[in-house]
Amino acid sequence: MTTHDHDHGEGPSRRKVLECMTWAGTGVLWTIASGVPHSLGIIDEAKAADAMAADAKGLTFLQISDSHMGFDKPANPNAKGTLVEAINRIKALLVKPSFMIHTGDISHLSKASEFDDAEKIISQARLDVHYVPGEHDIVDPEIKIYKERYGRGTKGAGWYSFDANGVHFMGLVNVANLKAGGLGSLGNEQLEWIEDDLKGRSASTPIVVFAHIPLWSLYPTWGWGTEDSGRALGYIKRFGSVTVLNGHIHQVMQKVEGNVTFHTALSTAFPQPAPGTAPSPGPMKVPDDKLRSMLGTASVTFKQGEQRLAIIDTPLQS
Amino acid sequence: MNFVRHLALGAMAGLVAIAIMAASPAWAADTEVNIDNFTYNPQQITVKAGTTVTWTNHDDIPHTVTSKTMLFKSNALDTDDKFSFTFATPGIYEYFCALHPHMTGSIVVEASAGK
Repeated sequence: MTTHDHDHGEGPSRRKVLECMTWAGTGVLWTIASGVPHSLGIIDEAKAADAMAADAKGLTFLQISDSHMGFDKPANPNAKGTLVEAINRIKALLVKPSFMIHTGDISHLSKASEFDDAEKIISQARLDVHYVPGEHDIVDPEIKIYKERYGRGTKGAGWYSFDANGVHFMGLVNVANLKAGGLGSLGNEQLEWIEDDLKGRSASTPIVVFAHIPLWSLYPTWGWGTEDSGRALGYIKRFGSVTVLNGHIHQVMQKVEGNVTFHTALSTAFPQPAPGTAPSPGPMKVPDDKLRSMLGTASVTFKQGEQRLAIIDTPLQS
Repeated sequence: MNFVRHLALGAMAGLVAIAIMAASPAWAADTEVNIDNFTYNPQQITVKAGTTVTWTNHDDIPHTVTSKTMLFKSNALDTDDKFSFTFATPGIYEYFCALHPHMTGSIVVEASAGK
C-alpha cells in the first residue's frame, strides 16, 4: 500500500469542512487539514470503531472499484470470490456506511451474465450503490447494457450528480467515445454539464468527483490520464474541498494540487503494476499469498463542522 | 516464423490462384497482427489489396481493432480471440483500441500486381 506522510503539525484551520474518520478494518487513515492530506498511519479495528462511534453524525461512504466480473486469468482465477470477500468485509462493518460508489469495470466484457454476478454479490452489502462505467462496461456490440442497468436518470453516457450530507457528488464518464492516440476523455457535452452543474454553488460546498480513469496525468504512456480533465478541474478548483476518486489502475495513488486531492482505489479483482515497472499495464500475477494484500476497497468520511476528510484504503488482507 | 510460413504458403497459393483465375486480381498473402503487451505487432504493415489481415489478442485484457473511420470495428477481443478484415482498396488504414486508445496501428494497402 502506498502511504504519504505530510505535515502532522497542522491544526484545524479556519474553513470548516471535513473531519477524519475511520472504519472497521485496517488501513491507512488520511486526513486533510487546509487542503493538505496527511497520513495518520495504520489504524486498527478498535480505533476505527471508536472513531466511528464518536461521529454518529458524519457521512461515511465506501468506494469499490474494478470488480471485473468474468475475469479468470492467472492474475486471479477467482475474481468473483474476491469480490464476495470484499462485500463480506463491508457487511461486517460495525457502523453502516451511508452508501457505496463503484468507480467502474464492474464487468470484464460487458456481458449480461457478468453484470448479473456483480449485482448478486454487491447487493448483499444492502447499500445504495452509485456507479460510473469503466471501459470494460461499454464493450457490448450495441453499447446498451450498462445504460439500461445503471444509467437511469443519468445524462449522456451515464454522468450525474447528487447531494448527501451537504457534500456534492459528481459521477463522471471518461471512458466513452475515446479517440485514437488519446487518453480518457470527458467530451464537450459533459464538460458543459459540469460547468452548469456547479454554477451557483457555494465555494464552501465539499465536492467529490468520481470517475473510472484517473482525472490527472498519472502515466499517459499507459493511457493513465484524462485528456480534457484540466478543463473540468478549472470549473471545480474554486471549491475549498475537492476530492477526486478514481479506479482503473488497480492500485493506490494519491496526489494533491491545491484544494484538490486525487486518489485511486484498489481493485477487488487483480493488481496491476506500478507505472513503468512492466512492459504493459496488464494484470499482474503475484504469489497467491500476496494477492489479497493488493486487492481491497476504500472508505471516505466527512464530518460536518470539522475540516478533515479521511480516505482509508483497506486491503482484503493486511 | 508464422509470418514467413504464411508468405511461403501465400506464394504457392498465389501461383495456383493466378493459374486458375488469370483474369482476376492477383491473390494476396493473408497476414497476421499480434496484440501483445498493449501493442499491435507489427504496428505498421504493408500489404497488397485483397489481403485479409487477422489480429489475435494475446493479452489477458480485452482489446479492440477499431478503424479511425469506422470502416472496420471488432468486438472486444478476449484472450486468444481473433478479428479479420479484408482490405480491398489501396490506402492507409489507421486503427486503434477503443478501450486503450493509446494503442494505435496502421495497415498500408498497395495496389495488387494484377491491377
